[in-house]
Amino acid sequence: METSRFTVNGKPVELEVDPSTPLLWALREQLGLTGTKFGCGMALCGACTVHVDGNAVRSCVTPVKAVAGKRITTIEGLSSDRSHPVQKAWLEVQVPQCGYCQPGQMMSAAALLAVNANPSDRDIDDAMAGNLCRCGTYARIRKAIHMAAELARSAK
Amino acid sequence: MTRLRLRNSLFVVCVLTFLLVTSFVKFAPRASAAGQANTENNEKSLQAFRGVASVLTSPRCLNCHSSNDGPLQGDDNHAHAMNVKRGVDGKGSAALRCFACHQTENGMALHSPPGAADWQLPPPKMPMAWKGLSIGELCRTLKDPAKNGNRSLQDLIPHMDTSLVRWAWNPGPGRTVPPLSHDEFVSRLKEWIDAGAACPE
Repeated sequence: METSRFTVNGKPVELEVDPSTPLLWALREQLGLTGTKFGCGMALCGACTVHVDGNAVRSCVTPVKAVAGKRITTIEGLSSDRSHPVQKAWLEVQVPQCGYCQPGQMMSAAALLAVNANPSDRDIDDAMAGNLCRCGTYARIRKAIHMAAELARSAK
Repeated sequence: MTRLRLRNSLFVVCVLTFLLVTSFVKFAPRASAAGQANTENNEKSLQAFRGVASVLTSPRCLNCHSSNDGPLQGDDNHAHAMNVKRGVDGKGSAALRCFACHQTENGMALHSPPGAADWQLPPPKMPMAWKGLSIGELCRTLKDPAKNGNRSLQDLIPHMDTSLVRWAWNPGPGRTVPPLSHDEFVSRLKEWIDAGAACPE
């Protein structure tokens, strides 16, 4: 066990965990942030996507030691009042079906829009290809990302 | 008068012929020895490159030195799952960066993402694509600074010692390693360069 220090959703945290513990387990088990989902455990499905220093990463294969001193954002921290353009668009388009993969989808979408304010269909497909949806909501995801991009642009 | 001129001319011709013959006899063995040494060096260099090429064309190298717009996977060089793209800097596309899944060390479970520091592909401006090249084309590509990342032949040696290249010999569970050890590989590379960096046709 070692003490790991990093920031989660703007708050500094200090955890006594084995440094090789996947970040996903630290978030869910130690910090109770269960919005981030366990899917495959091998970075194959994207359900566990969170942001580390603003970049989308798969928390199931990211050891806690790799995020020491870094800023983690989970789906709970995307906004405190569902005001993030991605959250608004997801509600407007009613993207989810079962919903299990959607926190990961939304985190990848938010990471994409942070670096590309006006993504094309191809940009969206390239960025979102690592997030699987067994319900097949891909068309609605793409539509919601376009809408979120427009919401973000009009808010500026 | 005419006979005298003819005799003088014959004398000059004889002297010149003598000089030509003696210089040939004197220098021919040396030129022939040099030629033989060049041929031996050339063969030594070609032989060394065959070893180098056996590593460069192994799946661990080819999967990132691919000619696609994304990486390959597995010993059969199939396209990377999830339609992963090279991106503008060789480190993936927006929101699907290489480091989203690839850590600085291998995942220990079978089929989990391998990892090493600076996991990436060559950038699109300098894709260093080797897949599909003949051994001669591969050799010429490796020597060409316009295609090898602006490296001199000597610059190639430290590149082979980076953590990403060394990963090929520690690829994690379920992945084959190149046919030569890393030490043998670097030794063949140096041998190839020292012997003149000859390329097969």
